[in-house]
Amino acid sequence: MTPVFNPSSPQAAPIFTLFVFVLLSCIVILALVAGLVVYACFRYRRRSGEGDPPQRFGSQKLEIAWTVAPFLLLVAIFIFTARAMSNSDPTPADASSPDIVIVGHQWWWEAQYPKGGFRTANEIHLPAGRDMGVLIKTNDVIHDFWVPQLARKVDAIPGYPNYLLLHPDRPGVYLGACSEFCGEEHAWMRFRVLVTSQSEFETWERQQVQIASAPSELLSNEGARLFQEKACMKCHTISGTEAKGEVGPDLTHFLSRHKFAGELLDNTPENVARWLKNPQQIKPGCHMPNMQLTDDQVKSLTAYLDGLQ
Amino acid sequence: MSDIPIPADSLPVAAEIEAENKRSLLSWVASVDHKQIAVMYLLTSLFFFGLGGIEALLMRLQLAWPGMAILSPDGYNQIFTMHGTTMIFLVVVPSLLGLATYLTPLMIGANEMAFPRLNAFSYWLVLFGGLLLYFSFFGGAAPNAGWFSYAPLSEKPYSFQAGLDYWAVSLLAIGVGTVATGLNLIVTIITLRAPGLSLKRVGLFVWMVLVNSFLIILALPALNASLLMLLVDRQLSTHFFTQQGGGSPLLWQHYFWSFGHPEVYIMVLPGFGIISETIPVFSRQPIFGYGFVAASTVAIGLLSLGVWAHHMFAVGMGHRWDMTFGAASMLIAIPTGVKIFNWTATMYGGAIRFTTSMWFAIAFLITFTMGGLSGVMFAAVPIDWQTTDTYFVVAHMHYVLFGGTLFSVFSGLYYWFPKMSGKILSEKLGRWHFWLTFIGFNMTFLIQHVLGLAGMPRRIFTYPALPGWGIMNLISTIGAFVLGISVVVFLWNLYVSFQRGELAGDNPWNAWTLEWATSSPPPLQNFKAVPPVRSRRPLWDLAHPEDPDWKR
Ligand code: HEC
Ligand code: HEM
Ligand SMILES: [Cu+2]
Ligand SMILES: [Cu+2]
Repeated sequence: MTPVFNPSSPQAAPIFTLFVFVLLSCIVILALVAGLVVYACFRYRRRSGEGDPPQRFGSQKLEIAWTVAPFLLLVAIFIFTARAMSNSDPTPADASSPDIVIVGHQWWWEAQYPKGGFRTANEIHLPAGRDMGVLIKTNDVIHDFWVPQLARKVDAIPGYPNYLLLHPDRPGVYLGACSEFCGEEHAWMRFRVLVTSQSEFETWERQQVQIASAPSELLSNEGARLFQEKACMKCHTISGTEAKGEVGPDLTHFLSRHKFAGELLDNTPENVARWLKNPQQIKPGCHMPNMQLTDDQVKSLTAYLDGLQ
Repeated sequence: MSDIPIPADSLPVAAEIEAENKRSLLSWVASVDHKQIAVMYLLTSLFFFGLGGIEALLMRLQLAWPGMAILSPDGYNQIFTMHGTTMIFLVVVPSLLGLATYLTPLMIGANEMAFPRLNAFSYWLVLFGGLLLYFSFFGGAAPNAGWFSYAPLSEKPYSFQAGLDYWAVSLLAIGVGTVATGLNLIVTIITLRAPGLSLKRVGLFVWMVLVNSFLIILALPALNASLLMLLVDRQLSTHFFTQQGGGSPLLWQHYFWSFGHPEVYIMVLPGFGIISETIPVFSRQPIFGYGFVAASTVAIGLLSLGVWAHHMFAVGMGHRWDMTFGAASMLIAIPTGVKIFNWTATMYGGAIRFTTSMWFAIAFLITFTMGGLSGVMFAAVPIDWQTTDTYFVVAHMHYVLFGGTLFSVFSGLYYWFPKMSGKILSEKLGRWHFWLTFIGFNMTFLIQHVLGLAGMPRRIFTYPALPGWGIMNLISTIGAFVLGISVVVFLWNLYVSFQRGELAGDNPWNAWTLEWATSSPPPLQNFKAVPPVRSRRPLWDLAHPEDPDWKR
């Protein structure tokens, strides 16, 4: 339930260990303070008729004790902190040629795989057990890339690209979210990291490089035509077609995604149709306008998108 | 109360108090009396506390369950921005400044602030700023970029509505007013102390106000300057905080937090001062380690100027900077811990009277410690890398600001309300107020630590139905409504006790500092004569000529 306590990488694990150590120290201190306060409340409550007690003004020895003891504890915490920092956030071996470039957009994530020469959105695939250097950038305001089970969070700041090393140890699905307030739909700027074995990852890579399969039926053919005609192509890319827009997510392999619109919706034909009918109603403020499509147009576009394997 | 004997001749006549209390509206607007201005500060912050509280309840309703649609996304963003801005600049700070302007002259045996007109001017600037901020709801749109309005989101291309302009102008007004108050308090404390009242003898509340005022005049100008730059960026298309044109969004973060971190201490030091007055009086013992409590305040003040970048660990400043700021932040925990131990030690060997004021002070010791400890966790940088900008931070800041500052303000109000109004707040309602607050507060915020660790970012208007998220948020929402009820009980207590509360007399708690040497409420001229001051507790000396403090 708490991903911070369930790390799945050699980077997240030391943070978890540090957390447990510091948390336990804090609980001990809290128990000490609360215990002293509660004890005083019982032991020194004023009994009726009691006058003022003898007056005490302080004790130098005690002051020194409760200055020095916390200081020593903090030194210990600091040493563990410094160790955990270098373990949890190592510099990627070759920062100049990242395996993945993550670009934050108001309110979706673009993932470029420069070595494979393709892009996806909101779903990032990684192989298990391998270092992946990630460059984190933004296209507009400040966002923050956070997958608690895999690594620290890192801001995406205009003009200040950041590097992050990802190295998931086991296959699985890891949820992530933008954690810097970035405007109206910040809540739905979620994403997931899908970790598979190296061979499955390579299969996926080969699929992604392929251009979109041409539509086969009448309905989806009509959809493909509408996609070019209705300005969808100004904002979206579908490789192998005229569509080369960069405002919205790459749709070349749209059907391969589990969720869309920043994890707001499951990728089902009904949801895609609802989205196309009026994205502003579903994700108010998002940068895809209501395209005023008729129900028939929605149907054919949905059929087309659902053929993009 | 009745077990503390009150000398009969000091009881004021009821009719006199009524006459005092029925002053005309004009007498308030035109007033330069520090007590009237302070009461206006307190009423203003109470009013905005109501507004900020309603905003909080709206947010909690929206978050009660996944997928609620009480507020639109942008509506939620406006409400959380207004809530944070209101609570910080219009509730916490004005309530502390209100107590400081009321009590500082009284506690140092002075009749006025050093600059009475400047005092009035500061107050009216703060009220004007507050009203202007709320006018934004009618003037187009309320600000919606959060209480720290990070650039470039706060810049024209991403926030083209007028909300952020209102935000910047109103905070500028409040900021200028606050700096003036800081100066005023410093000069008052330095120059107007009664004969014999050296800085080694003033009440700890005055000490904390003094250090606090220095922090104000050092930190707030940074806010004022950056607000001005933001305004110029937005209105005249300069590029201080935008990447295009050579500015930098990080510059805003450095400027803002170089104000913002001292600000969090500006919001708590006077609270420390209150606790340092109420715990001794209700434990019937002098404060344990006066010198250490005062000196640790100075240490906190100095350190707090050098830790701002701990709000920026996720920025990627590099390990060396992260580590430096992490270590500096950890250091602050030491003087803070010293204080907690001294307050606790004050209770030992005492004869504790469990008034509502004392209950709030005791609760403060525990809840503030929790907030301070989660602060230490953030200072261990990798923990911050996980928890920053999640509900864990929301929990931390409410433990320090609500469980810390507001609890201390409640402690102070129950303690000093008799001095201000001549009436004692009902202890029976007070007990209800306290327990509802304590339970509601912990119910709302304790679970938010877990939500943060479960991966819930802050500032989101809704969230997916992940396992446990709904129920944890529901608990938090229910707690918020318990808190809402506690506020209603408090308001009711203020009202009925003011109308027909028990008469207080000059010194209902048998306290020791100078404000209790004048009548309740004090006359326009606070003191006809100040009792001789030969120690930290002049009224103790008067009452115990056989065992005065100055003979120890
Ligand atoms: C003005 C630019 C623009 C136009 C025109 C546009 N879109 Fe979009 N579209 C976007 C943006 C931006 C998003 C991302 C929304 C978000 O999640 O915040 C998006 C998201 C989508 C998604 C979901 C993708 C995902 O994985 O989350 C689909 C499907 C989609 N658009 C289809 C279409 C179709 C079909 C058309 C034409 C009828 C179209 N869009 C026209 C900008 C545009
Ligand atoms: C032991 C003392 C404390 C330490 C070490 C500490 C440390 C921190 C750190 C590192 C952060 C940044 C967390 C983040 O955003 O990632 C933070 C946030 C915050 N702290 Fe503290 N803190 C302490 C006490 C206090 C006190 C006394 C107050 C105010 C009364 C306070 C108010 C806040 C607030 C309001 C925030 C959130 C700011 C925001 O993001 O909106 N803290 N604290
Ligand atoms: Cu975001
Ligand atoms: Cu801080």
